[in-house]
Amino acid sequence: MDLSMRWLADYVDCDMPIKDFVSGVTLSGSKVECYGEEGDYLENVVVGQVREIVPHPNSDHMFITQVDVGEGEPVQIVTGAQNVKKDDFVPVAKHKSTVLHDGKPVKITKGKLRGEASNGMLCSLSELGLNVHDFPYAIEDGIFILGEDCDRTVGKDIREAIGFNDTTVEFEITSNRPDCMSVIGLARETAATFGKELKVKKPEFKGIDGDISSMLKVKIHNTDLCKRYIGAIVKNVKIGPSPRWMRERLRASGVRPINNFVDITNFVMLEYGRPMHAFDLRYVEGAEINVRNARAGETITTLDGVERALSEEMLVIADAKKPVAVAGVMGGEYSGIMDDTQTVVFESACFDGASVATTAKKLGMRTDASSRYDKGLDPHECYEAIMRACELVEELGAGEVVRDFVEENYQSEEPPKVVFDSAWINGFLGTDIPESEMVRILEKLEFTVKDGYVYAPWFRVDIGNKSDIAEEVARIYGYNEIPDTIIRGIARAQRTPKQKFELMLKKAAVAMGLNEIETFSFISPKYFDKIRLPEDSKLRNTVTIMNPLGEDTSVMRTTILPSVLEVIGRNYSYRNPECYVFELGNEYIPVTGEALPTEPARLGIGFYDTGDSVDFYTLKGMVEGIMRTAGVENAEYSRPDSSCTFDEVSALHPGRSAVVKAGGTEVGIFGELHPAVMENYGLECRTYVAKINVPELMEVAKLTRTYRPLPKFPATTRDLSVVCDESVPVAELEKVIRKAVGGILEKVNLLDVYRGEQIAEGKKSVSYSISMRSLECTLTDEQADKAMERVIRDLSELGAELR
Amino acid sequence: MKEQLNRIEGSAKKELSKISDPKRLEEFRVKFLGKKGELTQILKQMGKLSAEERPVIGQLANKVRSDIEAAVNRRREELKSAAEQMRLAAETLDVTMPGKMQKIGRSHPLDVTLEQVEEVFLGMGFDIVEGPEVETDHYCFEALNMPKHHPARDTQDTFYINENVLLRTQTSSVQIRTMEKMRPPIRIISPGRVYRSDAVDATHSPLFHQIEGLVIDKGITMADLKGTLELLMKRLYGEEARVRFRPHHFPYTEPSAEVDLMCFNCHGKGCSMCKQEGWVELLGSGMVHPKVLADCGIDPEVYSGFAFGIGLERITMGRYSINDMRLLYDNDMRFLEQF
Repeated sequence: MDLSMRWLADYVDCDMPIKDFVSGVTLSGSKVECYGEEGDYLENVVVGQVREIVPHPNSDHMFITQVDVGEGEPVQIVTGAQNVKKDDFVPVAKHKSTVLHDGKPVKITKGKLRGEASNGMLCSLSELGLNVHDFPYAIEDGIFILGEDCDRTVGKDIREAIGFNDTTVEFEITSNRPDCMSVIGLARETAATFGKELKVKKPEFKGIDGDISSMLKVKIHNTDLCKRYIGAIVKNVKIGPSPRWMRERLRASGVRPINNFVDITNFVMLEYGRPMHAFDLRYVEGAEINVRNARAGETITTLDGVERALSEEMLVIADAKKPVAVAGVMGGEYSGIMDDTQTVVFESACFDGASVATTAKKLGMRTDASSRYDKGLDPHECYEAIMRACELVEELGAGEVVRDFVEENYQSEEPPKVVFDSAWINGFLGTDIPESEMVRILEKLEFTVKDGYVYAPWFRVDIGNKSDIAEEVARIYGYNEIPDTIIRGIARAQRTPKQKFELMLKKAAVAMGLNEIETFSFISPKYFDKIRLPEDSKLRNTVTIMNPLGEDTSVMRTTILPSVLEVIGRNYSYRNPECYVFELGNEYIPVTGEALPTEPARLGIGFYDTGDSVDFYTLKGMVEGIMRTAGVENAEYSRPDSSCTFDEVSALHPGRSAVVKAGGTEVGIFGELHPAVMENYGLECRTYVAKINVPELMEVAKLTRTYRPLPKFPATTRDLSVVCDESVPVAELEKVIRKAVGGILEKVNLLDVYRGEQIAEGKKSVSYSISMRSLECTLTDEQADKAMERVIRDLSELGAELR
Repeated sequence: MKEQLNRIEGSAKKELSKISDPKRLEEFRVKFLGKKGELTQILKQMGKLSAEERPVIGQLANKVRSDIEAAVNRRREELKSAAEQMRLAAETLDVTMPGKMQKIGRSHPLDVTLEQVEEVFLGMGFDIVEGPEVETDHYCFEALNMPKHHPARDTQDTFYINENVLLRTQTSSVQIRTMEKMRPPIRIISPGRVYRSDAVDATHSPLFHQIEGLVIDKGITMADLKGTLELLMKRLYGEEARVRFRPHHFPYTEPSAEVDLMCFNCHGKGCSMCKQEGWVELLGSGMVHPKVLADCGIDPEVYSGFAFGIGLERITMGRYSINDMRLLYDNDMRFLEQF
């Protein structure tokens, strides 16, 4: 809503500096987005009178003028315009002035034109930033000759002289306050905010006698969607431009002046916040107005010249045969006001907000009218608006108004009322505002306080309960005058076990040198192909967005890996030498028969490093670190087989990937990226990724720790090297060692795996350091040797021979 | 013998001064003081001496022995210290050479800020609760006093999964889920992801984070709302932070307020960072609408409460002077490493 401060001043004194006005109304609930003065780019442009005009001696299309600019001697200015005559009043851009050229401010200085001195420039409307809608008597491509509606004092600043010095304030009006989408509404807020008097008088007009019911019939076919319809007839209309005061108020409000009748309807809409419409009676066939739903197949060409298909839920204004307007949205082109219109029908009606909103949306046309209707207007105020329109017709001498109106479907309802309880309001706000002050505030806002009740004015469609009244009091009293207090009472709070666990995992990941990332939860379905997910993978069953911004963000991710890989790929393309990242985020897994998916948390890890040697075991070390953090002591690692629950295995190098099991459950998968996937992400160095299922891990996590006494007796250590087949995993060897040593085993340490000289092809030599300890005594050599014998014996069953 | 002893002492001292190697020093010690050493040889001949001479020579011999011993020890210390000096000198490094890089992981700035906000609220006795991001229309809109066609829905362009399921546009949905499950007193915050179909630019993202807050109890006032949020802002931005409360409209709160933070750049005068307003809009808040309470089975005549929703991106960007929201989701290492 653009507000003209000049218009506002018609109804309330606002003589404070504009900055104070803006911050005052912002803090009482009418938020100002920005404000600006009209024509503030113009500098040193004044009213001048042409004293003399002669043809330029060296040009057949220029003139030399002597112009009185109120500085004693006239100044000489050369002009190329053909419409200037002696004694005309014109805008003069003096030496060192600023005007507009092609919409941009330019400096004007004195100079010579074809040998003749020119001390400035005579200006056209466009050089001032105006057009012929603002001054209909002016011409587009000539000098603006000031008419009688301007202050023609020579030397006067042009902006003042032609009324081009209004200040426009742009408001962000919230959807509950359609009443503030009007000059009077904002004047009321201003009066309440600054304690000023609101000077709005009831509109009146004389009118002429006439039997309106013989001139116009109105029938409302859908009384739910049209709560009131008032029609008025204006006869013997004289279509012409509206006066300057009306034009400039419209202009400052961002509405282009057209002609007196169109301007009147716009003026009333801006002033009262009530959309109006004017029809040419000639084009209302049968002189009847039907407010009804559109019929299947009906179309209308709206005022903007576009033919639009209507559908049956839309409400239209129709004559005997066809729709002439889309109710509350826009009128039809053919029934609008023309230069030769003789009889005008004014419409002031109340249409249902939701219906107007749906229609406007469906037709793709949000208009000044629909944006007011769609917030829900009350039926009561239709009357004030049409009265004001008729008053303006008489004031402008634009026609004769038939005194009576046609009116349909008005049920007078009680205005909303709420119990007035000042103690409750103070208790609710935490304030100590005297009751008399509350009453003063409410009355300023045109509420009535009577017999223990507050009666809201008609236009306040948003009032319904006690807290609404508290808000009215609070916002005018001043939110910032309310004290700041701390909530009374004590409360205990702590993170839930889940939150603690997730925070712990995040800290562990950071401690391992991984950087936390935040990625979008929605991905492209193409990402599934990028990670080589099988066509029949369950992960391709997604929660899909009906109206996505684009394909790239159209499905909710069922795996966190592509999100991590996108970041890795992007960093690689930025030529960052290394990238170590993790995200702890949700996946969104549809559940058959449920409306909502599950949203399990996943830890995604990924890294590459072009400068440091990293490999599968760097990644495995991280996964082991996560397991240790979770207190999982017996995590098992194995190559993923066909029973693997993670479909993302497709993204990994088959020989360099593993699943990790904890407590018998698969909790994660990790490995080197499959070369084809690396290619899909434009990666030219080996990249490692992991995914850990957080809830599953938490399920088996051991988070309470108990102290074990430090050993009292020394440990005995034996080293062992065996040769075995390449295919035997070291985990198998270790399992055998653990079992063979038994209870006295403290630690098995893999020292080295060696292939090469002295070791046969297809074999490897594995060296361990085995440490044994008893809690009761110092182990004897004999005990240790016995244990080692068992180890060697059992290992040989695996085909591992002592080296 | 006396001369012999004096000669030994003399030659020992002379020889000792030439030794510069710990190994030679040991040989020297053995040569003079060892079991077969020169001094021992002489002392073995003591028996031949007269009873008068014996104590004199004995005394002298002991003195010579201890002198040489002391001299050897001194020399040993000297050599050790010289060797140490040499080693230290040889090991001198260029300390201006770069250190060996340790990989340091960092939390994402959004998460750093979130954790801090959570700490502030945990300290005030607020529990942290979570709610689904894929949500029903009921919890996201209907139960928040925003029936279908409510004009306020227009301001939140929604991603739909189907007619009744959507991506939540606000964490306020968790308010309803909490009020359905818990009875007052309630003190919670609920951080999480929210979604609106805004195209990506410097100040918009189709996905961002909110932190919802909800307090319900007997006698909760608007002054409590103000005090709580004022405290949060001071904790986040320092004691000098100034906030103002401005009336606004949300369908699920009444009265409603937006909270602005005084622009750090211009201190309220107006500059390009705050679009000449002097204040930066930070969050929305208000007293929970009585209808919302009643619909959740909480009697608005007995209980009152307040709610607020903080934009995590906005406060994070403010704290770190990040001028483009896209940076937060691009996850460029050069960006992440700065926090």
